[in-house]
Amino acid sequence: MNHLHIALWGVLPYLVLTVLVAGTAWRYRYDRFGFTTRSSQLHEHRLLSIGGPLFHYGLLFVAAGHVIGLLVPESFTERVHVHERLYHANALIVGGTAGLATLAGLAILLHRRLRVPAVRAATSRSDRAVYPILVCVLLAGLTATATTLRPHPYDYRLGVSLWFRSLFTLDPNVPAMAHAPLAYQVHALLAMALFALWPFSRLVHAFTAPLGYLARPYVVYRSRGTRRAPTAHRPGQQPAPPAAVRR
Amino acid sequence: MRIMAQVAMVMNLDKCIGCHTCSVTCKQTWTNRSGTEYVWFNNVETRPGQGYPRGYEDQERWQGGWRLKHGRLVPRSGGRARRLARLFANPGLPSLDDYYEPWTYDYENLISAPLGDDVPTAPPRSLIDGEPTRVTWGPNWDDDLGGGPEHIAGDPVLKQMNERVRLEYEQAFMFYLPRICEHCLNPSCVAVCPSGALYKRIEDGIVLVDQDRCRGWRMCVTGCPYKKVYFNHATGKAEKCTLCYPRIEAGQPTVCSETCVGRLRYLGVILYDADKVGEAAATADEQDLYEAQLGCFLDPGDPAVQRAAEDAGIPHDWVTAARRSPVHALISRYKVALPLHPEYRTMPMVWYVPPLSPVVESLTATGHDGEDPAKLFAAIDSLRIPLEYLAGLFTAGDVAPVEAALCRLAAMRSHMRRVNLGEERDPAIARAVGMDAEDIEGMYRLLALAKYDERYVIPTGYTAGTPEDELGGCGLDGPGGPGMYDPGTFHATPAPEPEGAQASLRGRVNLLNWNGRGRPDGLFPRGGGNRT
Repeated sequence: MNHLHIALWGVLPYLVLTVLVAGTAWRYRYDRFGFTTRSSQLHEHRLLSIGGPLFHYGLLFVAAGHVIGLLVPESFTERVHVHERLYHANALIVGGTAGLATLAGLAILLHRRLRVPAVRAATSRSDRAVYPILVCVLLAGLTATATTLRPHPYDYRLGVSLWFRSLFTLDPNVPAMAHAPLAYQVHALLAMALFALWPFSRLVHAFTAPLGYLARPYVVYRSRGTRRAPTAHRPGQQPAPPAAVRR
Repeated sequence: MRIMAQVAMVMNLDKCIGCHTCSVTCKQTWTNRSGTEYVWFNNVETRPGQGYPRGYEDQERWQGGWRLKHGRLVPRSGGRARRLARLFANPGLPSLDDYYEPWTYDYENLISAPLGDDVPTAPPRSLIDGEPTRVTWGPNWDDDLGGGPEHIAGDPVLKQMNERVRLEYEQAFMFYLPRICEHCLNPSCVAVCPSGALYKRIEDGIVLVDQDRCRGWRMCVTGCPYKKVYFNHATGKAEKCTLCYPRIEAGQPTVCSETCVGRLRYLGVILYDADKVGEAAATADEQDLYEAQLGCFLDPGDPAVQRAAEDAGIPHDWVTAARRSPVHALISRYKVALPLHPEYRTMPMVWYVPPLSPVVESLTATGHDGEDPAKLFAAIDSLRIPLEYLAGLFTAGDVAPVEAALCRLAAMRSHMRRVNLGEERDPAIARAVGMDAEDIEGMYRLLALAKYDERYVIPTGYTAGTPEDELGGCGLDGPGGPGMYDPGTFHATPAPEPEGAQASLRGRVNLLNWNGRGRPDGLFPRGGGNRT
């Protein structure tokens, strides 16, 4: 049992981190062409216009919540006199709402992906791997959030957060995670699966968020000479979905 | 003054017979791939008509081009923050139905259908999901006014005219409008691209998409008011007309120009002052935009301009080509070519000679001498193609420039008839339209004789900056792209290749260029650490 915990919470995170960083670097080096949202808005826009923003904006809030929950130590919030109860109420309401919005958005997007034939035909193999994990991560996370409603909830800031921060000091606090409730453990495991798949799926588009646009002149001029010579072949590129007639 | 050069196009609409050869050859060259089934970099639409995609000129709906906000230019679809906020679902993106759902036919059914009383058919199948489909719209569904009033009513230009159009067949009017990317001086597709993937080339002004930088945010599709940027749904990248830049760089005309049976396209260099573009595009009155854009163009015959151009790094042969440019002649000297929808404020660089033809026919039909200048000029404002309609396309509704252009064309007819009949030239004809006989005959030579060498005056490509830079490759040569060639073979330069080109091959030998003799370096991988 102890060995399993060490493997899961002491070794696996580093393997996942390596895959995420090296995989992304590899993809960027060899398959820059593949860095795209692969948007299916052309095929269907009504459901996407609801589900897309709901999912993505919800996700931004969820990500911000994780940054606060995992990186800010409890001692800090105590020093700035944020009461424990206020903190958790806030986490429950804002985090729960954002999580539910993300889940609702994802449900709309998945419904659309399954039910609209053109969108279904544009679904790649990596999509089929990523979407179920994404759903499970969200459900596990929401379950963990919901458990804080119980009378004596688990204080993740004294467990999971300690483990998470200890990973970056290269001294993983395995017991902190090993004693966490099952929902948290499942959530963390699935999240690691998602991060491992990240570089090899369409999720890479998150790393290309175009923030530089805010500081760029409108019209871009480029010289013929400054362009990179193209790579002759691009490994890692997924084949185009079959658009030919199926019989 | 910052002089830049642009390869621009003019199309003479009088000669367009709507044969779609340009569209078909363009499609065979650039968009015959999965993901671009619905994409026509070049399309020919019948006007009046809805165009492709349907009703693309309705900018209230599609949000293309620029608008003035407190005297400053902003993309109509919103500034930077607004664009980023709409990243997850772009409300201004046309859906596939606004273009059309591409289809093929199930030909297999013709030979595999079971024995029956009826002749088997090849039912249509969607090229998007492979399912049986009903064909209800296409890239030129309302060709030749097909569909009649029902479809014409959707023409945004007609709606603006607010005038009941005569649709009885004898009185109906129509003409063809071939369209490609405008390669604008002030491109709004470039401005709205969050990734900075779209760019305007310094050397020749061609607007291209860097396929390795495009992330598929699809803002450019909305941003272009001409809807000439398309989303490849298989690769998730934007693609657009490239003005066949590999051909242009080699001094050849674009495929659409080369194959145009009416010989109505002209390609040439225009020198312009890049510092004036922003100010001109922000001209307050839409109807002054045509003149404002003319004001950006420089006279390549002016020695001061020539000197300044060469000082700015534009090669001598480009300046020479600009002097011979048919496009400059039609736009600035003869003033018969007009921009398409200048009111979008993108400063388009594909201009059009408005169609005149029906006026002569209709005058002759009423018993008049159809080529008598006085009668022609008087008849121009009662053309079968209403001037207001042409003005709605080319001058933001200002009839005067359209009328002036048509009068010049009419004067050319009258003048040349006298020449052909051996009558004495009448200088009054040319004077009436502000030209002289020499100009008129030059214009006749360009428009009517339209020699290949005079229609296309294209200098070969150069690279701004240091010559040691690597050669650029094809922006579309990704997997699934049409240009999956090596840069070396694409241009097939007879001269020894510059060092940069070999660097891009990274030590490999291109077997297409190998004559079969000897053993070139790089044919086999070198041993040890020499491999690159």
